[in-house]
Amino acid sequence: MEEILAQARKEAEEAEVFLVSSEETEAKFEANRLKHLQTKQRTNIALRIIKDGRIGYATATDLSDPESLIASAVETARFGMVAKFRFPSASSYPQVSIYDSSVKAFTTEKMIALGEELISLVLGHTADLVCDAGVTKGVVSINLLNSRGGRAHYEKTFFSLGLEGNLVRGKDMLFVGESQSSCHPDIRAKNIAKIVIEQLELAKNRASAPTKSLPVIFTPNGVGGALVMPLMVAFNGKVVLEGASPIGNRLGQQVFDKKLSLWDDPTVFFRPSSRPCDDEGVPSQRTPLIENGVVMNFLYDLQTAALAGKESTGSGSRARGGQPAPSPSAFVIAPGDVSFEEMVADVKEGLVVEQLMGAEQGNILGGDFSGNVLLGYKIENGKTVGRVKDTVVSGNVYQVLKEVAAVGKEAKWVGSFIQTPHIYCPSLSVASKG
Amino acid sequence: MMIEDIAQELAHLIKSARADYAEARVEESQSTQISYRGRELESVNRSSAIGGNVRAFVNGGWGFVSFNDFSRLAARVEAAVSQARFVGKGKSRLAEVAPVVDTVPAADNNPLAIPLVTKKQTLDEYNDIIWRTPQIQTSTISYGDGYKKTVFVSSGGSFIVQERADITLRVSAIAAKEGDVQQAGLSLGSRGDFKAINNIHKQIAEMAQNAVMLLSAPKVKGGEYTVILDPVLAGVFVHEAFGHLSESDFIYENERLQKLMVLGTQFGGDHLNIVDTAALPGMRGSYKYDDEGVPATKTYLIREGKLVGRLHSRETAAAMGENPTANARALSYRYPPIVRMSNTYIEPGTVTFADMLADIKEGIYAKNWYGGMTSMEMFTFSAGEAYMIRNGKVAEAIRPVMLTGNVFTTLKNIDAIGNDLDMNQGGGCGKGEQMPLPVSNGSPHIRIRRCLVGGK
Repeated sequence: MEEILAQARKEAEEAEVFLVSSEETEAKFEANRLKHLQTKQRTNIALRIIKDGRIGYATATDLSDPESLIASAVETARFGMVAKFRFPSASSYPQVSIYDSSVKAFTTEKMIALGEELISLVLGHTADLVCDAGVTKGVVSINLLNSRGGRAHYEKTFFSLGLEGNLVRGKDMLFVGESQSSCHPDIRAKNIAKIVIEQLELAKNRASAPTKSLPVIFTPNGVGGALVMPLMVAFNGKVVLEGASPIGNRLGQQVFDKKLSLWDDPTVFFRPSSRPCDDEGVPSQRTPLIENGVVMNFLYDLQTAALAGKESTGSGSRARGGQPAPSPSAFVIAPGDVSFEEMVADVKEGLVVEQLMGAEQGNILGGDFSGNVLLGYKIENGKTVGRVKDTVVSGNVYQVLKEVAAVGKEAKWVGSFIQTPHIYCPSLSVASKG
Repeated sequence: MMIEDIAQELAHLIKSARADYAEARVEESQSTQISYRGRELESVNRSSAIGGNVRAFVNGGWGFVSFNDFSRLAARVEAAVSQARFVGKGKSRLAEVAPVVDTVPAADNNPLAIPLVTKKQTLDEYNDIIWRTPQIQTSTISYGDGYKKTVFVSSGGSFIVQERADITLRVSAIAAKEGDVQQAGLSLGSRGDFKAINNIHKQIAEMAQNAVMLLSAPKVKGGEYTVILDPVLAGVFVHEAFGHLSESDFIYENERLQKLMVLGTQFGGDHLNIVDTAALPGMRGSYKYDDEGVPATKTYLIREGKLVGRLHSRETAAAMGENPTANARALSYRYPPIVRMSNTYIEPGTVTFADMLADIKEGIYAKNWYGGMTSMEMFTFSAGEAYMIRNGKVAEAIRPVMLTGNVFTTLKNIDAIGNDLDMNQGGGCGKGEQMPLPVSNGSPHIRIRRCLVGGK
């Protein structure tokens, strides 16, 4: 790395080398049985230079040919944006624990046993469910070096366990599922099985939904799938800078319900989305985004912050090997004070939404969402009575989150980077075939 | 080292592997990504990658290793084989295919050879058109091109070198007014032919005007409507509504699904024919051999409304006693091949667009796409543009709509199929962690009765 940096500096004023190496192993179960064992090793190097004031960028997997990498970066620098930032010099990083050596020691036999245990627990409840499951473990190593003396190195372990079950009865198909991840290999099969079994119980009976406005309770999975994506876009400093964020000029204003608080937090210990610094070597920090409904901050990387006259929030992320861009590390929505049971009891007629298929495919920038209730339940007179199907729920996050009826008291991690409680919305548009 | 040499060494190693079957792929690729946000070009990236994998099949279990460190090839092969031995408890079955030794050059010139300055000039012109449109707040453009060479070798004796070039372009115009943000987009693609994307100034101008127009368009009320889909959206519809359900890896070990998907089952009217084929020249979903070395073919999924075929890998074909269809595809060397679509379309019928409109009193004309998803029984597809149909005519614009259907009823509710088949090259398909895989979708205009539409 030092050598590539030194060579690149002969061609450019400034340079930065970012090296990612990872190795992961996955046990995959299909139709209730172990079917695949997979191991993936990968190394990728990214070179960012500033030449004649402009940004050049290239990536490669072959570390033995730095000349081509440097030549590609130089070629792109002719057209790249004018660099408004400086690479950060050496700095100290917060202590964020994300490495557990017991992941490496977790054997393939144990991974398989864990997957088998999960499947057998779920089949113990519903014998004719057909399950796909996966157990993954891995380690990723990050190295960063820049021409201003900045350097960062960390290793992170990750572990995940998930299951998707499919139940076909006649022409009716039901999909249930849950997955959890951590930097520890300590995910319990019974915790996941419990959630899947609850879904199966709630979906046992069929119920019909009307076409009208109804109260809707989003479960944590429902919040993650329907409401979070528009917010991620809206708090992106780049979208704000372009004037395309609906909340871009509302810093310090009450835009959301007072019961809502949201922050980005890459410093939570042993979360796969955590890290001591971002992909540009800027120290990680917890950034409040919404506090009691008031818009507090947006997320910035170095270049966007420089253009906007702000400081980087340590949110520079390289998705798919691309250049750093602002991106949340972990979206955390603060829990409220109402239990899910209390929410349900409050609803005379309404829906619980667990999965809203297609909700993220629309005018996300404007906050619109609309999706098919892939997994959701009808509430009648304070009780869940059965699964609804062929039903569409639509809304706009800015209208929906302006006044929420309640925020759940227990937050749950959804996927690897969202932590959220239930959110109870008083009125959403529902259209159904019944 | 040339990837052919690495493949040659792997071919030698897998021949003596203790597996029922083994294969390896070695791949090298170069790509360019250019993106604009706002007035300026934001980033230009050049990437190169080289990597390989070994997949082994023992007693019905699969082992797979992928890597871009080529120093320990024998150990990689051994790892894949021992993983497969660990998993396998049954019987290995693969549909028979004859070994192939072939070299397939890319159909078009390498788009990476086009100077960056030419690409930038074209994209600058498009961005200028968007920015000249009044009330536009901002724009995004993302252009990507790539060139990939893959060598596939199998223990059966295949040695196949395939090259492909690919270009994609996604352009969005964003209009904003008083906290309301609307957008319109355009997606195009080709097999490396830059001409496919360098003369679309008129389409870009219309797209930008659409984004502005949406600011004053109303939202439709949610409910059931008669809808007409344009060929682009109908292509997304057929991909989501039936294409994914035809992928046999969902079905081959699920007895109840198999009962629902018995060949001969009526899914639509006599006028409905759905095809998947990689054997069309020049489409983004086309190839001569899939990633298991099976030669491309044309597969009817639905003929005269009846289920007549499905998409297979060698394993699913053997398990279901059907012929392999060359639909095992992998996104890159990082992944094993899984059952995927290639070019999927509804065959043209006889109805004109005017006749389709004529007897609709109130309906929706939905065009263009944001995306689509499926859970097999139910699916969604999102329009990028929509209009009311009133008394047989296309009337006022409305906000883009999300449409949804159920495979057991919606295909039967298609009551008119147009005569104007068009294929869209701008799509990318996601399945599991492998996305976006180049595919193309197509259809003529189609009309669907009682289609559920999300709204206010």
